[in-house]
Amino acid sequence: MCDSCGCSQPANSVTITRLGQSGPGAAGQHHSHRPPRAQGRVVAVREAVLGKNDGIAAHNRDFFRKRGVVALNLVSSPGSGKTTILERTIRELRGEIPMAVIEGDQQTMLDAERIDATGVPVVQVNTGAGCHLDADMVHQALHRMELAKNSLLFIENVGNLVCPAMFDLGEAAKVVIISVTEGEDKPLKYPAMFDAAGLCLINKTDLLPHVDFDVARCREYALRVNHRLEFFEISARTGEGMPAWLAWLRSQI
Amino acid sequence: MSLAINIVELVSEKAQAAGGQKVTTVELEAGTLSGVMVEALGFCFDAAARNTPAEGARLVVREIEARGACMGCGHTFVLESLLAQCPQCGGYAVETLQGRELKVVSLTIDEYDEE
Repeated sequence: MCDSCGCSQPANSVTITRLGQSGPGAAGQHHSHRPPRAQGRVVAVREAVLGKNDGIAAHNRDFFRKRGVVALNLVSSPGSGKTTILERTIRELRGEIPMAVIEGDQQTMLDAERIDATGVPVVQVNTGAGCHLDADMVHQALHRMELAKNSLLFIENVGNLVCPAMFDLGEAAKVVIISVTEGEDKPLKYPAMFDAAGLCLINKTDLLPHVDFDVARCREYALRVNHRLEFFEISARTGEGMPAWLAWLRSQI
Repeated sequence: MSLAINIVELVSEKAQAAGGQKVTTVELEAGTLSGVMVEALGFCFDAAARNTPAEGARLVVREIEARGACMGCGHTFVLESLLAQCPQCGGYAVETLQGRELKVVSLTIDEYDEE
């Protein structure tokens, strides 16, 4: 599927860092191999391929539920404005709702540093060559942070509209973000992500006068994939449309 | 690729638990809407299986045809994609009934005799 993107790396190339600290990465795994004797025997398995991930995701979800934490998994192409949306959202809700952030990127602490500047707790997960976060990375990040009761946890996934769709992290909902500088046909081209999402933010609406993006058509395409999807049109830069998104967030706590 | 790694990990674990040292065949059930491209998965599986009990194993994929029910008229039909439109009423609001699953069904293993 994505043999070119490098996610075949060993698990120990993932690093998870609480800002201001440095932590060890995830444990690696190795298999031994000895030559066998020939004897064919069929063993029934009947288990989901992502069953292990789904199990850890269920554990995360249970942890969130017990603390009243609403976790949102933000997914999009690179450059749609996920981090800017978070900065603006945090600035608007600070002092009203406790918030925390897990930042996923292949490399660098740049996004975590931006979030750190807003004053909320943030943990950066660097996936190395990996193209998505998985439930165990989130689980390990959770061990490096303290979440307030009845709070919001934003999990900013690696910018990628494909693989993150398959991996449950234990979130309450996936929030897919598309910016108006992209093609309005993205929901048709990458249906799995729009199918997995509960919410869609259409960002950078301040640029609409300058681009050919057709918002109505984008919504229509996305609804063809997922008729339950809810939409918010926002500009994280100007603040246009933000009140409806913020009201939705408040209603979740 | 990460799916292939997940398959190999699951297979290695199950093979070892069953006392097998070498996996010769892995039988997989994949819904046509599971997001898996069978050919690419085969290629990735071979790479991911290196230096594990699943090295060299044959991957047999049984495709499960995706089916959905139209929320508008109740018609059930084969889903070609996540963008499926009801052939009866033209609606796009479709509930998937099957075809998203991705499961390891069985393994064929060679057992190891203790010396």
